[in-house]
Amino acid sequence: MSNGQNNTASGGKTRQRTLTFHILRYNPQDPDSKPRMQSYQVEEAEGMTLFLALSEIREHQDPTLQYDFVCRAGICGSCSMVINGRPGLACRTLTQDLETDVTLAPLPVFELIGDLSVNTGKWMRGMSERLETWVHTKEEEVNLSKAESRMDPELAEQIYELDRCVECGSCVAACGTAQMRQDFVGAVGMNKIARFKLDPRDVRTDDDFYEVVGDDSGVFGCMSLLGCHDVCPKELPLQTQIAFLRRKMATIGC
Amino acid sequence: MSSETLIIQAGLSERSRKSRLPARLDLLQSLSGLFLALFMWGHMFFVASILLGKDAMWTITKFFEGYHFFGKAYPWLVSVVVAVVIAVFVVHAMLAVRKFPINYRQFRVFRAHAKSMRHGDTTLWMWQVYSGFAMFFLASAHLYQMLVWPQDIGPFGSGGRMWVDGLWPFYLVLLLLVEFHGSIGLYRLAVKWCWPNCSREFLKKLKWGITAFFLVLGLATLGAYMKIGYDYQENYKNGERYTPTWAQQAEESAK
Repeated sequence: MSNGQNNTASGGKTRQRTLTFHILRYNPQDPDSKPRMQSYQVEEAEGMTLFLALSEIREHQDPTLQYDFVCRAGICGSCSMVINGRPGLACRTLTQDLETDVTLAPLPVFELIGDLSVNTGKWMRGMSERLETWVHTKEEEVNLSKAESRMDPELAEQIYELDRCVECGSCVAACGTAQMRQDFVGAVGMNKIARFKLDPRDVRTDDDFYEVVGDDSGVFGCMSLLGCHDVCPKELPLQTQIAFLRRKMATIGC
Repeated sequence: MSSETLIIQAGLSERSRKSRLPARLDLLQSLSGLFLALFMWGHMFFVASILLGKDAMWTITKFFEGYHFFGKAYPWLVSVVVAVVIAVFVVHAMLAVRKFPINYRQFRVFRAHAKSMRHGDTTLWMWQVYSGFAMFFLASAHLYQMLVWPQDIGPFGSGGRMWVDGLWPFYLVLLLLVEFHGSIGLYRLAVKWCWPNCSREFLKKLKWGITAFFLVLGLATLGAYMKIGYDYQENYKNGERYTPTWAQQAEESAK
């Protein structure tokens, strides 16, 4: 899909392109609204991201266009959407890497708020509560004045690596299983379990983790299509984490 | 009635200790698939012995009928092996079908997803579903035939089946299905369990290499059986079994 060379003239000077965005519009709050495609044209600017192009459309062409953003730097995960058929972050996608015709749609699986805006937070909260994605300690009450126990820097690094997930929902939207089975926890859920399994502060055993992911809506439902791994904007090692979890959970069951 | 049955019936299974069965089923699905894929590799080499000549294929056939151990061929030994393969095949099909789209909504949404994503591994999985579904019928027919008429396996019998009985299109389709389904399945096993822990690019190249190798071998083998079937169609129609060259020579010198 990348055609970064297309907008460069022979002399090396950038030739301005006109981009056409075909956006799936639908407002679930309006009973008369029907899903439809609407096209907008934007003059491409140097270093333009998809987020900037959408801002341009909303500011100068159509203030009713709905899409999410917060950080504009690939940290919050809010602007995840389906870009030319694949999930990705609008703020991390340079228009120069796209053809002049760009198709945008909301992430599937998540509750649609309107147009490109979806409620990933609701889904993520449900998943977190179901999988109990927090450190389970022995103490009933946390003593904030007590110094935290030491952790090997290498282990802390490994945990941090998995903690980089921004819950953008791209992995869930790219997952074939999640499309078919609404109760599937997705790579984001399994990555979180793998993360807490690494954490020495978490007292849960493999048996406890089996209780939350040891079935077909958890790790055994994963068909290893690895769309999650291939679209993750944070490039998390999802394939190895899911395989790691599968091996551990299979050991518990056998 | 067991307390477990009552708990499940009351819809309270989520509130009790999680069943260990999903883990066992997942492992069994992988192991049965691995067994079948490796069996098919071996099977392909055995049937491809025809490329080395009719005597080579006859020797392999008689080996599986126990001729070299007992001094006499017992085709039912082949039926025993086929029965084991059928059992594993049924178990694998039963476990794999759980992952299929189970209604039109799921099928439609998955197909749209695969089309939109243009993602190699997702598309390969769709091929696996289609080829697996087709094999429910085609592989079953072949396995039944081998189970019931194992004595018909041999240069004349197998060749005649292809040419005289006109089953070569059936075997051509089955060959394509098995090779694609098997190699995609092995690739998926490797990425699923991360063993061997190689890059996916390498595994995918290896997968396509294996597919190409077995397809070429399979097509050459099919062609060889068709030619033998054509050349010896009268022998097949007369119900004649192939006699190896050395036995023919011994018979002639005895005369």
